[in-house]
Amino acid sequence: MRPILLSGHERALTQVKYNPDGDIIFSVSKDHVVCAWYSHNGERLGTYHGHQGALWTVDVDPTSTLLATGGADNTMRLWEVKTGKLLKTWDFPTSIKRVEFSADGTLLLGVTEKRSGHLGTIVVYEINPDPEAKQSDEHVLRIVCEDSKPTVAGFSYCAYYIIAGHEDGSVSQYDAKSGELLFNREVHEADMQITDLQWAPDRTYFITASKDKTAKIVTTDALEVMKEFVTDTPLNSAAITPVKDFVILGGGQDAMSVTTTGARQGKFEARFWHKIFQEEVGRVRGHFGPLNYVAVHPQGTGYCSGGEDGYVRVHHFDKPYFDFLYEVEREHAQANL
Amino acid sequence: MAPSYENLPMEDDEFDENQVDFTDLEEQYQVRLDEGLDAFVVVDGLPVVPEDSKPKLVKFILRKLNSVGKVKDDGVHMPVGDSGKTEGYAFVEYTAPSEAVAAAKQLNLTALDKKHTMLVNKLTDIDRYGREGRVEEEYTPPTVPPFEQTEHLRSWLGDSEGRDQLVMFRAEKVGVFWNNKEDAPDPVVDRENWTESFVQWSPQGTFLTSIHAQGVQLWGGKQWTRQKRFAHPGVNLVDFSPSEKYFTTWSHRPLQVDENNPVPSLSLEEDGKNYIIWDLATGKPIRSFATLDVPTTMDIDGTPIKKKMQWPTFKWSADDKYVARLTQGQSISIYELPSMKLLDKSTVKIEGVMDFEWAPATPKRDGIKTYEQLFCYWTPELGSNPAKVGLMSIPSKEIVRTRNLFNVSDAKLHWQSEAAYVCVKVDRHSKSKKSLATNLEIFRVKEKGVPVEVVDSIKDTVINFAWEPKGNRFVLITTGEIPAAGAAVPPKTAVSFFAPEKLKGGAVGNFRHIRTADKKNSNAIYWSPKGRFVVIATLQSQQSFDLDFWDLSFEKPKDEAEKGDKELNANLQHMSTAEHYGVTDIEWDPSGRYVTTVASAFRHRMENGYHIYDFKGTLLREEGIEHFKQLIWRPRPPTLLSKEEQAEIRKNLRNYSKVFDEQDLAKKNTANKAVIEARQRLLAEWLEWRENMRMMLEEEGAVIELNGGKVLQDVDDEAEEVEEIVEEIIEESEEVIG
Repeated sequence: MRPILLSGHERALTQVKYNPDGDIIFSVSKDHVVCAWYSHNGERLGTYHGHQGALWTVDVDPTSTLLATGGADNTMRLWEVKTGKLLKTWDFPTSIKRVEFSADGTLLLGVTEKRSGHLGTIVVYEINPDPEAKQSDEHVLRIVCEDSKPTVAGFSYCAYYIIAGHEDGSVSQYDAKSGELLFNREVHEADMQITDLQWAPDRTYFITASKDKTAKIVTTDALEVMKEFVTDTPLNSAAITPVKDFVILGGGQDAMSVTTTGARQGKFEARFWHKIFQEEVGRVRGHFGPLNYVAVHPQGTGYCSGGEDGYVRVHHFDKPYFDFLYEVEREHAQANL
Repeated sequence: MAPSYENLPMEDDEFDENQVDFTDLEEQYQVRLDEGLDAFVVVDGLPVVPEDSKPKLVKFILRKLNSVGKVKDDGVHMPVGDSGKTEGYAFVEYTAPSEAVAAAKQLNLTALDKKHTMLVNKLTDIDRYGREGRVEEEYTPPTVPPFEQTEHLRSWLGDSEGRDQLVMFRAEKVGVFWNNKEDAPDPVVDRENWTESFVQWSPQGTFLTSIHAQGVQLWGGKQWTRQKRFAHPGVNLVDFSPSEKYFTTWSHRPLQVDENNPVPSLSLEEDGKNYIIWDLATGKPIRSFATLDVPTTMDIDGTPIKKKMQWPTFKWSADDKYVARLTQGQSISIYELPSMKLLDKSTVKIEGVMDFEWAPATPKRDGIKTYEQLFCYWTPELGSNPAKVGLMSIPSKEIVRTRNLFNVSDAKLHWQSEAAYVCVKVDRHSKSKKSLATNLEIFRVKEKGVPVEVVDSIKDTVINFAWEPKGNRFVLITTGEIPAAGAAVPPKTAVSFFAPEKLKGGAVGNFRHIRTADKKNSNAIYWSPKGRFVVIATLQSQQSFDLDFWDLSFEKPKDEAEKGDKELNANLQHMSTAEHYGVTDIEWDPSGRYVTTVASAFRHRMENGYHIYDFKGTLLREEGIEHFKQLIWRPRPPTLLSKEEQAEIRKNLRNYSKVFDEQDLAKKNTANKAVIEARQRLLAEWLEWRENMRMMLEEEGAVIELNGGKVLQDVDDEAEEVEEIVEEIIEESEEVIG
């Protein structure tokens, strides 16, 4: 099916997210505006105004009532999805690079940038799911990362751990109650920044994308690398598809060096890899700048990508996508019938 | 309390220096004083003459000795023995030590007459090497190391699957691999920093050449051990003779060899030279040359035209017998091997000569029984004399054929691989010198009297030309515009195919145009080494990266065969078109089965890597490798099979190919099986792990996680289903009936 082009942003997209039902897409961009869109037809549902700087990150709670955003204006904000009302603003000394709700929506974490004498931190707040309630000012946990700044982070299943990806290519596991560093593992090439960390639906494993041109599937418990996907371009994002055993990788030549090369050499394509066999199965072209984020529909019926070119492209999968099976998978499926 | 300085015992007073044995230290640190003996030489091997004939002898040898320097007055001391006769040797003092060095170098082993050979050595050397004790009194035979079986240098040809090898140079690593078609090449050897600038195969594939700052190394054998080393500091380029007997190294920097900068196996003779011609078997230089000063020509504005260096500068004849260098505008110097002496002690003067090319094979001309090598050369218009193309036979230096040409602005010489034809591509300008056109003058070397055929039907400028190897067809590329250097838009070109007419009795008729493919950007022609197939490509372009695969002997299904096809010795068919972004180099494998295209980091940094195609243009494999620099097929030596044996194989090709097909199939099946098994294993492992995780989550009571992150909302009040019917009135109109 033809992709739907969401051209509501004026600057590069930084993150796009589906809500758990998959009917709404939230997008944030460097143009200070948060947009919400109907995923099935690309109609804009509304915008959330208030941020004073480029936005880096967005997340929606599991019931689609609350929306958290963070950006370069050193604030993390909480919005009511339905009305667009700003519920809460938390101020920080540096910008917020990543926000994420826990699976049950009662915890919210934010990753703060390391800058001007401030170390990179991960802060956690307790959230009252009621939009009318007053949200607390005080964080329940603050993890200071002294070695290498965190770039991405998220809650594991049951919010037992906080998993963070670092600038130096390593992944850490923290106790989500005490904030104690349980262990740190060098997952990607040294000093190759981890650019994205997205969870499998059940949060027992996750995928990391890195500037070292690879994406890796890592287990939550032992931080053990299970699968590796090697591409020929720096990666900005990686997502795991439900229903089908694929992963979608997005990236491309750095925005800085793009001007000197053609679109062809930029490699601005979404790449589909088979999650288990680690083989590339397809590519989707369209963006004319690097892909900054790819998000998958929670029911696995489509995906969308936000690019440096300022567009969100929403794709709905066709039947052949669902029919595609490796011979081995087909045999297995028939044996289970 | 530690003893203070005052309390130290003063026993040193009684120390006797003479008791210490210093001989070992003296020996070790002995300084060779300048004894003023450096200017002396010892001349030995002289005739023994009575005392009264001594002055005569001194005068005689002085004549020789003064040829390299000046002997001091009364500098010859020839002792006379008890018998009243000279002893057969003399001490000679030169005015300077350097002259003594020169004398030892140049006069040693000079024959005086039939019986006497003069030996000249430096006095200090005699002292150093010949002093008593330095030479053992008793003769001990040199130990001959036991014979060591060296590795077979051509073992790779015995591959049971008949595969070819290739060398790949990427980043700092050089590796030799077996070509495996679509599968990853099988590594044979892979080494870091094997070369410092590039790698090169010898022409028959025996050696792999690596280039270093100090010189060149040759590698080979099954273990890829070093076979030979050639010291040439600063070497830039290497060129082998066709049968790998000799090779030339070149450096843009003149060599510096003197006593302070000794270079192994090089002598003072090589000082200041740029080229060295080596004997590959001994590893010794045969002769060295300096770069010729090319008189810089000026263009109209008076700025000197930068000339590209011709490489190879020393061109080899097909059988390694001769090597020749051109002195542009004047002469060709032909050296005979293995002596490397000028043929007939003189260069071949050809006024105005611009270029020459040896026949790539030993020609067998009609009616010529004696041994000969041929080369072709051309001279431009000089005054009122027309431009000329000539064929010269060596060693007789006889001109076999010449042809006069007019209005020539440039000419290029193209030999066919078997030396059956040489095509001279002549760029001609009109009288106003404004437009260019190209003529082809084709010399039929093997026919009686060397007839020349002219193809002048080409209106445009020919930018490239190539003969079919071992065949008689050719391809050329023309362009209407004169290609501007560095233009962003590649010039439009047309590719034309030519073949000879079929005559009765299988003779080769006149060359005729078959077809032209126009509106192309192509500029490069790559024939399969076995002929018939040709790849036309666009290189060095920013926009176009096309590869066109053509077949010149396409076999049409019988019912489609047209009548006219019989006339020409060709049936052209375009097989396929491929594209390789950023392609810089193209090469056929030596068997003509595969074509590799390379985007080399030597030229640009975009999408470096290689593609492998089969002969019909099907992409078999592509791989992108950062800093990919070179991929070169290992050449094969000429076949050892006779013509009859080859024909026999061709006749039974079907039986052979059956065997290979079976092998391929078996290989593929096992490979497929392995892949499937690996996948089954991966899938089973994954599913098992997932099941464990699911059970773990169930134990933990993680409801949301098990539901894929979706919160199960309590459906307390029954979901109200609201059905809304919207009626939209699109149009209303009233009509009055009646």
